[in-house]
Amino acid sequence: MNVLVGIVGSDESIKTLRRTIDRTHEVGDDLTVAVVDKPEAKRSQDAMAERARELLSEAGVDAEIVQLEGDPGSSLVDYAEQGEYDQLVIGGGTLSPMGKIQLGPITEFVLLNAPTTVKLVR
Amino acid sequence: MADTRPYPDESAGPFPAPPTTLEDGAGRQIEVLASDDFEDTLEDVVEMYDQFDPTDRAQGIPPTGEERIRNWLETIADESVNVVARHDEDVIGHAMLVPDTDDPASIEDNADIEWELAIFVLQAYQRAGIGTMLLEHLLGHASTVGIDRVWLTVERWNNPAIALYERVGFESTGTESFEQEMAIRL
Repeated sequence: MNVLVGIVGSDESIKTLRRTIDRTHEVGDDLTVAVVDKPEAKRSQDAMAERARELLSEAGVDAEIVQLEGDPGSSLVDYAEQGEYDQLVIGGGTLSPMGKIQLGPITEFVLLNAPTTVKLVR
Repeated sequence: MADTRPYPDESAGPFPAPPTTLEDGAGRQIEVLASDDFEDTLEDVVEMYDQFDPTDRAQGIPPTGEERIRNWLETIADESVNVVARHDEDVIGHAMLVPDTDDPASIEDNADIEWELAIFVLQAYQRAGIGTMLLEHLLGHASTVGIDRVWLTVERWNNPAIALYERVGFESTGTESFEQEMAIRL
């Protein structure tokens, strides 16, 4: 399967990437990592791309890393649409102090607009 | 989760503080009580959530199964502010505030932080005004313990809940995806 994982600079994204790399490793999927541009994120886009490179190399998984400019949701969906991807993977929400699952606006945009199957990682 | 949300400039309320006994829309005597030591009430609240119809879950809570319900409540119990509604001996409604901080033990002044609200009423007791009763008394109790800022998220399509929150003074903060975020100042 040809998998595209979309990440921002959050801890949730690191978890999503780790899980996706593990899964890729297990089943032999093809993986592309797209780092989107969310200025208010904890890590910069460059730092996140570097972290992705480290995680991929630790796992011995070969994957292309791309950095996408512009609005995070639409740039990711657009990139997925241009490529031959079977699945788009993104983070599946954060937990509020109460324990409520919260899906942000990027997740909503991707779910409603992506042409591919979308996987949310919890 | 240390986001500072936009809050209304004006304070809402005043709200009534518990304890009180009121008659609900179905003529039942409902007791509304603050639970200062939540440990005492915990088992009755676990029992209530165990009876809760899972079709009314919101954003993953309450969890299902007694064990997972107890774990969830114990995780948030320590620093939370709780009001319960009782009919006869049973807890049939529960409203709570959970501090939005990574380090609840270090809270010096309840007004310094934001509190997340949730409220659940057992199915057989819904549409009888108990939600409004619980919500108002939780906010009244919150006010007496110095809480100033309360927020919540609600599924965007849950119009009855949004109408209830607006009626007591919550305003939408503008953060909107699948969940509508709302806030109130006490």
